[in-house]
Amino acid sequence: MGTLQGGTLNGLLAVAGLRVRFGEVTAVDTLDLTVAPGELFVLLGASGSGKSTLLRAIGGFVHPDAGRITLHGADITATPPHRRPVNMMFQSYALFPHMSVAANVGFGLRMRGLARPEITARVREMLELVQLHELAARRPAQLSGGQQQRVALARSLAPHPSLLLLDEPLSALDRNLRRDTREELVRLQRALGIAFILVTHDQEEALTMADRIGVMHAGRLLQVGTPADVYERPATRLVAEFLGAANVLPVTLRDGQIRLACGTAIETTSPVPPGTQWLAIRPERVSLGAHDRNAVSGTVIARSYAGDSLTHVVRLADGSTLRTTASLRHGLTASQAQVDDTVTLSWQPDACILLAR
Amino acid sequence: MKRPSGRTVVLAIVWAWLLALLIVPTLIVLKIAFSQSADSVPPYAPMLQHDGLHASIDAFALILSDPLYAHALLLSLKVAAISTAICLLAGYPMALAIARAPERWRGLLLMLVMLPFWTGFLMRINAWIGLLQDNGWINTIVSMTGLTPPRLLYTDTAMYIGMVYTYLPFMVLPLYARLSQLDPRLLEAAADLGAPPWRVFATMTLPLSLPGIWAGILLVFVPAAGEYVIPELLGGPQAQLIGRVLWQEFFQNSDWPTASAIACALLVVVLLLPACLLWALRLISTRTAASAPSGATARPASTPPAPGGTAAPLPR
Repeated sequence: MGTLQGGTLNGLLAVAGLRVRFGEVTAVDTLDLTVAPGELFVLLGASGSGKSTLLRAIGGFVHPDAGRITLHGADITATPPHRRPVNMMFQSYALFPHMSVAANVGFGLRMRGLARPEITARVREMLELVQLHELAARRPAQLSGGQQQRVALARSLAPHPSLLLLDEPLSALDRNLRRDTREELVRLQRALGIAFILVTHDQEEALTMADRIGVMHAGRLLQVGTPADVYERPATRLVAEFLGAANVLPVTLRDGQIRLACGTAIETTSPVPPGTQWLAIRPERVSLGAHDRNAVSGTVIARSYAGDSLTHVVRLADGSTLRTTASLRHGLTASQAQVDDTVTLSWQPDACILLAR
Repeated sequence: MKRPSGRTVVLAIVWAWLLALLIVPTLIVLKIAFSQSADSVPPYAPMLQHDGLHASIDAFALILSDPLYAHALLLSLKVAAISTAICLLAGYPMALAIARAPERWRGLLLMLVMLPFWTGFLMRINAWIGLLQDNGWINTIVSMTGLTPPRLLYTDTAMYIGMVYTYLPFMVLPLYARLSQLDPRLLEAAADLGAPPWRVFATMTLPLSLPGIWAGILLVFVPAAGEYVIPELLGGPQAQLIGRVLWQEFFQNSDWPTASAIACALLVVVLLLPACLLWALRLISTRTAASAPSGATARPASTPPAPGGTAAPLPR
C-alpha cells in the first residue's frame, strides 16, 4: 500500500485536498476522506453542500481543480470514468431505455469483454440477488419505480466494483418502500462486502445505514464518525442541528462554571471545550418534571403528538425555547402538559453537549 | 344544433387545406393521366364527352414500356439515396455538435443552419453556378495553387453539392431535436460501466437517435427523389432524373397525360419506398424484441424467463 495522506494505510479510497470549482462557486473545498474496504460510508448534507459533486469526482465525471484521489493506492485522479474500477448508481437510475433489464445488467460485463456464457450466468445471479429474474426480458419503462431501483442496483453491482457510489438511491421511492429498501441495501452490502459511498440528505437514512457518516456543509466535511459518535458528540452546532433535532441554548463559560442566559448553572459530565458557547441537548433526553439534576422552568407553547412519541415545546423565561420528546412506550398516560401550563424541564448531566462552534 | 368545438374547427381547417391543396390536385393529375393526348388547349381531350367516357391508359403503357422512364426513375432514386447518405454523414456530426454545444451557443448555431432559408432557393442555386463555373471562385482558388482546375459545373459533382447543400438542414434539424433530448446521465452511466467514448456512441447515442435518423432520411430522400431544379441548373445533360423528364414531357412535348402519369408513378414510388422501409424496420425490431412483452402487463409466472436473461439481442 502506498502512503495515504490524512488516512489509514489500509484505506481503499483516499481523497486528499480535493477541490472542485464551478466558476465562482467552490463545490468541494480542500476535502480529505478515506474509506476502508467493505465499509458503508454515508455522505450526509443538505442540497448544495457538495456531496453529489464529491461523489461525481470519485466516479470521474467531474474534474477536480486540485487534490488527489487514490484507489487501492493507485492515483486515479485523471483516469476517465470507463477505466475506474468504481461504479455508480445514479439518482435517476439512468437505465438504458432501449435495452431489456437483462441487457442493462449485463452492459458493464459486455464492456469488459466477458464471454457470453459468463455474462449470462452473472446477469442471472445479479437478477436473482435483487429478485427480478422473472422480469429479465422487460424494458425499464415497463417496471415500477422500486423495480427500476433494483435493476439500477444490480447493474452497478454486476461488474463487481471494489467501490460502489450511490447518489440518493432511495429518494425516488415512497416512504414505506424506502424503509424496506434501506434494510435490503445494507444486507446486500454486508453480503457482498463491497464498499459503498452513499449520498443522502436524509439523516434517518444516514444514521440507520452507515458504518461511518461524513457530514458535509459548504464543500467541507464538518465531522466524520460512527452514527453514535456524530449524533451524541457532534463537533459543531451545525452538525448537532443537522443530525436529529437539537435544542441549542447559548451559554457562558466563566471560571469553569457554565451558565444559561437566564443565569441557571449547568451541571455536566461531558467534555467542555475551551470557548464553549452553546449547550445542545437532544429532545429525548429532556424530561417533563424535576426528575434530573439540571432543571429549568417555562411555559408550554406547543404540543405535538406523533403516535409513538409526544413533544412539548417550552418557552423559557429568557425567551429561548426547549423541546422535550417523550416516548409513548406506556401509552398516553405518562406525564404530559397542556399549552400555557407552567412546567419544569430537567436533564441529566451526561445529556449536555457543549459546543465551541 | 351544437356549436362546433374549437377542436373541430381546427381540424376542419387542416382537412380543408389537405383537400384543396393536396387531394384535389392529385385527383386532377390522376384524371389527366388517364386522358387522351390531344392537339388542343389544354393539350388533352376531356374525359366526359357527348358520346361517352373517353379514358385511356396510353400514358401509363408508354412509361411502362419505354425504358427511358424506368431509367430516369432509378437514377433519381440513386441520386436521392446518395444525397441522403451524404446528408446523414455530414449532418449527424453537425447535429451532435450543436446538441452538445454550450446552451448559449445553440440558438446561434441552429440559426446558422437555417439561415439559407432566408434567401430564395433559385437565388442560392444560381449563386452556386457562380461558385462552380470554370472561371468561378472555386476554380480560381484551385488554379492559384498551380493545379489544373477540374470541370465542376454541369457534372454530377455539382449536382450532389447542390443537393447536399439544399437538403442538409432537413437532416440536421430532426437529428438535433432528438439528440438534444438525450439524457446525459445515460451516457455517463454507460461510461461508468466501462464503455469508452466510441462504445458510448455506438450503444447509446446512435440507437437512441434512430427516430431522428429516420425522420431526417424521409425529409431528405422524398423531395430529393423528385428534385428538378438542382439537376437542371447544376447537373450535366446525362443527369436525366425523373423530375427533368417530367418537365420535358410537360413543357417541351406538351404531353400532359404522360407527364401526369410520371407524376403519379413518382408519388407511388416515393410513398411506398419509405413505407416499406419503415415496415421492414418494425419487423426487425419486433423480432429482436420478441422476448420483451410490448404491454405493461405482467408476464405470466409460468413463462420461463429468457435463457440466462440475455435473449434480447444487444445493439452493437
